[in-house]
Amino acid sequence: MQFPSLDRNNSPLSEEQARLFNQFAGSLSPEQASWISGYLAGVRAVAHGSGGGVHAVSAPVHGPELTILVGSQTGNSDKVAEEAKARALAKGLKATVKSMGDYKLPQLKNEKNVLVVISTQGEGDPPDNAKEFYEFLHGKRAPKLEQAKFSVLGLGDSSYTYFCKMGIDFDRRLEELGATRIYPRVDCDVDYEEAASSWMEGALGEFVQALGATSSVSASVVTAPSGFASTEGVYSKRNPFPAEVLENLVLNGRGSSKETRHIELSLENSGLTYEPGDAVGVFPVNCPEVVDRLIGAVGLGAGDMVTVGDAQMPLREALLTRYEVTTLTRPMMQKYAALVGSKKLAGILKEDALPSFIEYVNGREIIDLVEDYPGKGMTAIEFAQTLRKLPPRLYSIASSLAAHPEEVHLTVVAVRYQSHGRDRKGVCSTYFADRLGEDARVPVFIEHNKNFKLPADSTAPIMMVGPGTGVAPFRAFLEDREAAGATGRNWLFFGDQHFETDFMYQVEWQNYLKRGLLTRIDLAFSRDQKEKVYVQHRMLEQQKDVYAWLEEGASFYVCGDEKRMAHDVHAALLEIVRVQGGKTAEQAEEYVKALQREKRYQRDVY
Amino acid sequence: MSTTPVSPEELAKRAEVERIKDKSRFLRGTITEGLADPVTGAISESDGILTKFHGTYQQDDRDLRDERRKQKLEPLYSFMIRVRVPGGVCTPAQWLEMDRLATTYANHTIRLTTRQAFQLHGVLKRNLKTTIAEINHALMDTIAACGDVNRNVMCNPNPYQSHLHAEVYEVTKAISDHLTPRTRAYHEIWLDGEKVAGGEAKDNEEPIYGKHYLPRKFKTAVAVPPSNDVDIFANDLGFIAVEEDGKLAGFNVTVGGGLGMTHSEPATYPRLADVIGFTPTDKVLQVAEEIVKIQRDFGDRVNRKHARFKYTIDDRGIAWFKEELNQRLGWKLGKVRPYAFDHSGDRYGWVEGTNKRWHLTLFIQNGRVKDMEGYPLMTGLREIAKIHDGDFRLTANQNLIIGNVSAKKKPAIEKLLKKYGMQDTDQQSALRLNAMACVAFPTCGLAMAESERYLPGLITKLEKVLEEEGLRDEPILIRMTGCPNGCARPYLGEIGFVGKAPGRYNLYLGAGFRGDRLNKLYRENVNEQQILEELTPILRRYAKEREAGERFGDFVIRKKYVKAVKEGKDFHA
Ligand code: SRM
Ligand SMILES: Cc1cc2nc3c(=O)[nH]c(=O)nc-3n(C[C@H](O)[C@H](O)[C@H](O)COP(=O)(O)OP(=O)(O)OC[C@H]3O[C@@H](n4cnc5c(N)ncnc54)[C@H](O)[C@@H]3O)c2cc1C
Ligand SMILES: Cc1cc2nc3c(=O)[nH]c(=O)nc-3n(C[C@H](O)[C@H](O)[C@H](O)COP(=O)(O)O)c2cc1C
Ligand code: SF4
Repeated sequence: MQFPSLDRNNSPLSEEQARLFNQFAGSLSPEQASWISGYLAGVRAVAHGSGGGVHAVSAPVHGPELTILVGSQTGNSDKVAEEAKARALAKGLKATVKSMGDYKLPQLKNEKNVLVVISTQGEGDPPDNAKEFYEFLHGKRAPKLEQAKFSVLGLGDSSYTYFCKMGIDFDRRLEELGATRIYPRVDCDVDYEEAASSWMEGALGEFVQALGATSSVSASVVTAPSGFASTEGVYSKRNPFPAEVLENLVLNGRGSSKETRHIELSLENSGLTYEPGDAVGVFPVNCPEVVDRLIGAVGLGAGDMVTVGDAQMPLREALLTRYEVTTLTRPMMQKYAALVGSKKLAGILKEDALPSFIEYVNGREIIDLVEDYPGKGMTAIEFAQTLRKLPPRLYSIASSLAAHPEEVHLTVVAVRYQSHGRDRKGVCSTYFADRLGEDARVPVFIEHNKNFKLPADSTAPIMMVGPGTGVAPFRAFLEDREAAGATGRNWLFFGDQHFETDFMYQVEWQNYLKRGLLTRIDLAFSRDQKEKVYVQHRMLEQQKDVYAWLEEGASFYVCGDEKRMAHDVHAALLEIVRVQGGKTAEQAEEYVKALQREKRYQRDVY
Repeated sequence: MSTTPVSPEELAKRAEVERIKDKSRFLRGTITEGLADPVTGAISESDGILTKFHGTYQQDDRDLRDERRKQKLEPLYSFMIRVRVPGGVCTPAQWLEMDRLATTYANHTIRLTTRQAFQLHGVLKRNLKTTIAEINHALMDTIAACGDVNRNVMCNPNPYQSHLHAEVYEVTKAISDHLTPRTRAYHEIWLDGEKVAGGEAKDNEEPIYGKHYLPRKFKTAVAVPPSNDVDIFANDLGFIAVEEDGKLAGFNVTVGGGLGMTHSEPATYPRLADVIGFTPTDKVLQVAEEIVKIQRDFGDRVNRKHARFKYTIDDRGIAWFKEELNQRLGWKLGKVRPYAFDHSGDRYGWVEGTNKRWHLTLFIQNGRVKDMEGYPLMTGLREIAKIHDGDFRLTANQNLIIGNVSAKKKPAIEKLLKKYGMQDTDQQSALRLNAMACVAFPTCGLAMAESERYLPGLITKLEKVLEEEGLRDEPILIRMTGCPNGCARPYLGEIGFVGKAPGRYNLYLGAGFRGDRLNKLYRENVNEQQILEELTPILRRYAKEREAGERFGDFVIRKKYVKAVKEGKDFHA
């Protein structure tokens, strides 16, 4: 595993300590690394008698077994599961984490003690690698589970209509199958750490009691930590690194209707590392005009003090940097409805009024809400309490450390649109586009994603489908494969609106073709001819070769728009396998599922 | 001789372009494959050489080059298409088609060139084939509009002596057709013509040119005195119509003209043609063919900067050339017949031809036809073309003649002219009316300085002086190019500007008003302020001290601002 080498300047270590550490760290696998950091954090926690559960100090060889089943797309649930495991071990439970993707379904009937950590994707769908498990569990062949105890944690985003639907489904279904809920389900919003952490403590506590495990360290010091020791370096989501902006330019040529930015950030001395396929999390600053309009609309003073966590600050500052001031979420609206005591609004929010809720939320933002349902005499503190924390935005990493040491590159398209008579702009994308002053620094962290990775075998061929900003990680893939001298063939499908203005990184692809690194590229520019042409059409045109590549062991990657592109590409893939493989629709489904199981079909969609 | 094979050793010595032609299977190369490559808007360099023969040049928007490089985008490639219009005459239907193509596939402008052709700019690779095909469907073509072959043959679009013009125009077209390449490549690539068996061309596919074509471009023009609007002496080959008692008696033949040169390479220089004799009309094609073949066989194929016909003649001497020609003809050219030019510019406004039809010469600044703020020129001409019952004639000075208008239609056309503000395009200073600028930026790949986009503004500044000095209506030939290639024939301007670098020009003075004398370098590498400082006193002095009818070009020589240039070789002297 790759660590940035430490020295006297970027660490408190002595020359000698740093040398030893670098040598040692270089030899670690990611698992070992996270175990060790967890171990150290735990010891530190004990030493300070404060948060941070003691982790896996001594993994019990015998003792009650606990299975942590995880379904994760972008890695958050994986992280939670690992943390839960570490804490369970510390509590004397023989815990193992099993990804639903690799899980042997017949095993299920034998499970006795189960924690489920599951995120929701798409529009209330399971993560890719959990689809089969989900279908199995909810199908006729699902086993009875009377003897099993369980608790479920759902990860989600309350700005989506079906908030934590997977958690809800699993929770209900396990009960239906006869299992006993040992601890109530918890649904986490995008800032999931604290909620997840207390769920672990609660659920694990119940198991320890029920199974009478004997903790390897006095349970008394094991208090709920607010964060996850096991994944944190110096800089993390809780302590983002202020990255210097090295480059910020528009990739679209003149006359384009798009504004896609290529952004280069410096990671110098941050200790942050990443691999192709990972993402960067960014904490944006809201648009001052938007914030001021909102403050005016609710009739509050910019200077009114509010409390955020344990800090005091003026409302304006809090709205700029701490709270989501645009995107509407159901919890926010519920709190706001209560605050202003609006029956009408409460009506929209009734569980059975989903259509009217969807109808209202579509294209609207908090500014619309407060204008449509004004409240009288609320205080800044009360209003702030209705808002959710400003969640970081994720961006697929478009660079490889091997090609750009201590840098990370992003490809960000500015979100701007009109709705309900207002110009709207995405918070983070326009923060990059409009609000980064000279020598600005952007608060970032790395979001590792083990579910979107190059094949371990550097000779294996890969197919990459990445229209629009979806091309970002594939730039990282190719840079990495070139640096590693990987000999596997590389095939890219790219598309956007116009060849002349929207062929992002055109010159780089051309050079890769010349150098032979990029084996082939197929392009779909939707608006350069009468009929619209998209990547899935190019795939279908080339279906003979696409299937041949798959048969030769190619991995198939998709990145970009989730709402339409990812679905159409998936459909095209099934079609190709069916036609070229001479299979039935069911066999094609099975073939593609197998690809997913073998991690040869991976998606990074949003 | 065209089919005599060239040894590999010989070929290796020759210019790269010669090897490309040799490999090209009569101009096929890999153009078709290149057009199909979706990853780039460009074609390969060698195909870029070959497409010139097909009438299209790869270019890129030079205004955007740097910007796009930073954006990781290739240059904004597009293609210029040059449409051959022999003698510059086209029908209203053809005009409407050019207009449609320009607004559908090109940059919404039509460029009238200094050789009576149309140019479209900004055609994207993916539209190139369609555009060229549609040009052909309109019975115009682009083959040999560029390349090492005989180019668009110019002919004075003379409205005054219509009967002569008709005859001379026929001769012009005959020359153009006779010297057009015969390769099927053009039809195969652009018109889906069926391939020659095995795609390989027949050896005799080019009876006149052979597989290596000419060493360099070759230009032919036909002039009808007293107008020398075609600048006959700037052409490799020229025919001056000789009229005797109201009839076309034949042509005086001119050879060895050409203007292109390279800065600070004195071995390259503009040269005016020699008048070498007389040919009867029925021998014109034979004369033209033999002259082309002499250049084919003796032209320099090693150094392209020394490959034009003018150098072939200067190297071997005009006497040698006449001898060689007479031998190949099997007969001797006659004595040069008397002829006289009195101007090389255009005469604007309405005139009635001897055929009782009307001709209107419109001033089109730099030949650029487009809709401008408050001056919808392109729309106006479109509307006129819709009702016009005559023809359109492109002049060699980048202007346009609405020709052969019936007396019946004249009022309707005048109405449209008013409606679109084109009724008095000639109410400008005579300086502007006699100005020419080449295209240069942003499309021309060879431009070193602005030209078309700059000259009009510079003239506005000079007009102040002219007004003060009462020279507003005094025609003075002023010409500008963005580089020394000489596309707007700057070396034949009484005032000539040749670009050296952005904002910097060499200033030449003293060419002959009749296109019969080259100008001479007066100041080197000057910017706008220096240009105005240099020219203002000379113009003021011209206003006061010129003799009756004395042209500006002659005046600056009499006053010793520059020496008169007698022949190309002492242009740099
Ligand atoms: C359009 C036109 C200028 C205009 O403002 O109208 C023109 C435009 C170009 N000329 Fe020219 N030449 C044009 C008349 C001329 C003339 C004037 C004439 O022929 O009466 C000359 C000087 C006479 C001569 O040929 O000596 C001329 C001498 C050149 C040369 C220099 C040739 C030489 O012997 O050195 C080049 C460069 C070359 O051939 O290497 C050139 C090359 C070019 C190119 C194609 C640049 C290139 O090779 O990439 C220019 C395209 C610019 C653009 O974006 O459109 N053009 N060019 C004229 C088109 C004529 C036509 O319809 O065929
Ligand atoms: C794993 C992952 C990787 C990602 N990688 C990239 C990447 O590489 N490049 C990239 O640009 N983005 C990427 N994204 C998306 C990115 O995280 C942000 O969602 C995106 O930049 C928008 O954020 P924002 O703050 O600008 O907009 P926000 O303020 O979050 O607003 C976005 C919201 O506006 C609404 N909206 C947007 N358009 C319209 C419309 N036309 N009509 C009505 N409502 C609309 C939608 O509700 C949308 O959710 C990725 C996302 C994920 C999860
Ligand atoms: C394309 C996409 C669709 C999503 N759809 C939902 C959804 O419908 N409901 C929800 O609660 N969360 C949704 N989310 C939010 C994720 O569940 C949330 O980011 C979670 O932390 C991801 O966990 P993971 O990394 O383990 O997959 C979606 C996220 C993405 C990127
Ligand atoms: S003179 Fe030079 S700059 Fe002008 S058009 Fe010709 S080649 Fe281009």
